[in-house]
Amino acid sequence: MKFVDEFRDVELARALGTKIVSLTEPDRHYKIMEVCGGHTHTIYKHGIEDHLPENVELVHGPGCPVCVIPMGRVDDGIAIAKDPNVIFTCFGDMMRVPGGNGSFLDAKAEGADIRFVYSPLDALKMAVNNPEREVVFYAIGFETTAPSTALTLMRAKAEGIKNFSVMCNHVTIVPPLKALMESPDLRLDAFIGPGHVSTVVGCRPYDFLTKDYNTPIVVAGFEPLDLLHSISMIMEQLDEGRAEVENQYGRVVPWEGNLRALQVLQEVFELRPYFEWRGLGFISQSALKLSDAYSDFDAELRYATPGVRVADPKACQCGEVLKGVIKPWECKVFGTACTPENPIGTCMVSSEGACAAYYNFGRFARSKARADA
Amino acid sequence: MADLEEEVLARIERQRKLKARFRDEHITMAHGAGGKTTHTLVEGLFASAFSNEALDELGDAACLEVDGAMLSFSTDGHVVKPLTFPGGCIGALAVHGTLNDVAVSGAKPLFLSVAFVIEEGLDADVLREQVAAMAEAAQKAGVPIVTGDTKVVERGKCDGMYIVTAGIGLRDPRVSLSSKTIKPGDQILCSGTVADHGTAIMLARGELELEADVESDTAPVWELVRALIESAGSDLRVMRDPTRGGVATVLNEFAQEANVGMTVDEGAVPVNPVVRGACEILGIDPMYVANEGKLIAVVGPESADAALEALQSTPGGEQAAIIGNVQEQPEGMVLVRTGFGGTRIMDMLIGDPLPRIC
Repeated sequence: MKFVDEFRDVELARALGTKIVSLTEPDRHYKIMEVCGGHTHTIYKHGIEDHLPENVELVHGPGCPVCVIPMGRVDDGIAIAKDPNVIFTCFGDMMRVPGGNGSFLDAKAEGADIRFVYSPLDALKMAVNNPEREVVFYAIGFETTAPSTALTLMRAKAEGIKNFSVMCNHVTIVPPLKALMESPDLRLDAFIGPGHVSTVVGCRPYDFLTKDYNTPIVVAGFEPLDLLHSISMIMEQLDEGRAEVENQYGRVVPWEGNLRALQVLQEVFELRPYFEWRGLGFISQSALKLSDAYSDFDAELRYATPGVRVADPKACQCGEVLKGVIKPWECKVFGTACTPENPIGTCMVSSEGACAAYYNFGRFARSKARADA
Repeated sequence: MADLEEEVLARIERQRKLKARFRDEHITMAHGAGGKTTHTLVEGLFASAFSNEALDELGDAACLEVDGAMLSFSTDGHVVKPLTFPGGCIGALAVHGTLNDVAVSGAKPLFLSVAFVIEEGLDADVLREQVAAMAEAAQKAGVPIVTGDTKVVERGKCDGMYIVTAGIGLRDPRVSLSSKTIKPGDQILCSGTVADHGTAIMLARGELELEADVESDTAPVWELVRALIESAGSDLRVMRDPTRGGVATVLNEFAQEANVGMTVDEGAVPVNPVVRGACEILGIDPMYVANEGKLIAVVGPESADAALEALQSTPGGEQAAIIGNVQEQPEGMVLVRTGFGGTRIMDMLIGDPLPRIC
């Protein structure tokens, strides 16, 4: 595939691997967190860790927007979906995320009209085509997907479409990073910055990492060579004792971000005082809700939802696993109450989560580690 | 600490070996998607309730012996939306689906039955069109449809029409196929480009606002099977047609049933470039997408090249390739060597392949 295969060249990958090794101090252990779920996917899909020396560890961060939705918010969505007049829409990979009492997929099987869409505009179109029904869009995602929800709402307002509303679960990237940096038991050497989020927010919001925490961050693209390249840029910074915000994904990410998108977000959304993250708990000012100008479209105001906080079971230690403080098998519920078929925490929900991967492939990973050593 | 880790791993493995139990409260779409959830339903409910020697093998077709005749018997229900799509339609699919299940058990298909479930109000021309397509597919394959049944249900109770077919075939005495015969060193063959059917259907539904020229691969595979039997003989270990759940699911079944490891060379798997592009955009792995005219075969190392050549010189097998091989380790797992020089594990599908947002 043109413009894709060029970013997957195995010879270039080997060269970058060699460069990374040459920048590594053999006795030092490096922990680099990729924040974005899309990066985690690329790392697994292409086997990127095979190109890295053993003392460079990638920690998979909290950037999968599907996995961080807490159980209570899924239950609220299901409560709305069960209204017989509602067509409830969401993105495909949200369907399997468990709430306190089943997932959207289960609710669909019980009779709720839940459909998956590829864009919020598809949901709006559904509202236009089904004027006798109410269409609700369950919005998720970081600043990457929030602008498309915002534009959809602007269009709904402009066209006076009354039977459309949004249950907003959009989250923002900087607060969880701050929360991670503030946690006393975590020591990260650097971050691989989220590429798509940064197309919207730009690179400036990460300044605090370098200024307040002396931690480098390199915003990276999503092809495997992008990731290896960004890791080599990180290793260069660490080697030279620098801590800077760098942009590896310059072909897509403007330093200032997308001003028009930011303006749209400003108009349609406002910050929630706090929001719950599965596995991480409450983080202040970490999510968006509809602004007063758009409150007519706010599904949370239009429908009664239980709004009950379903606590992650006390024994669930996703937070610690996410931060790399404990290994999956050290969690108290791992493999007993929490399995890929019946996941509790965010690390088990996504097939790329640290716990799900370990549950399925732990034995293999162990024997491979032994063979490598 | 390492002992505790070992203990946790051992506990998970013990749990996995327990017989699948079907404990779900509702049937969800995942039960029909061909992955882990389907397996739990089939093994935990159907197979345990109906258990008998022929069924317990859980192959694509049951192998039966009646008065010395070695028969193969299979059935397949077809539900697809839309009824007609580029490269095929539900009628052609209903014929090929069952013929192929019989064929990959090493049997020449002989007879087909058909049952129609039709929705009240269906345009009769639509039915005529599908019946004509079935007649044509059956005639081309040289397998007559010899018995049938018709039911009509109220409007809204089914998507136009469903078609259930069953087929009987006569097994070739030169081969005795079973995944249990797979050995380390064996080669894995794929008869052509993967993911064409599933991608064509996804695009034909028109929900994706993505236009690409992709046709379903729906076709009978018996001639390919015959070529393999003639070229590899008793070195032919097992075949399966990678429909729902795709190539990944078939290979995982093989690895688990034979207790071997398998490695697939990602770059060797034939994928039509347009299909690859569409899957890339949707975030779906072509290895999990359905095929309707392909087969995956495991062949002993001495006969692999001859088998490949035989496939490539058979119409429909021109793009066949050796896509991987069998090792002892890791038991029950399928690994992929990526084009990027890394390795990853190719797991069984958990539910439907859902497009990713991130």
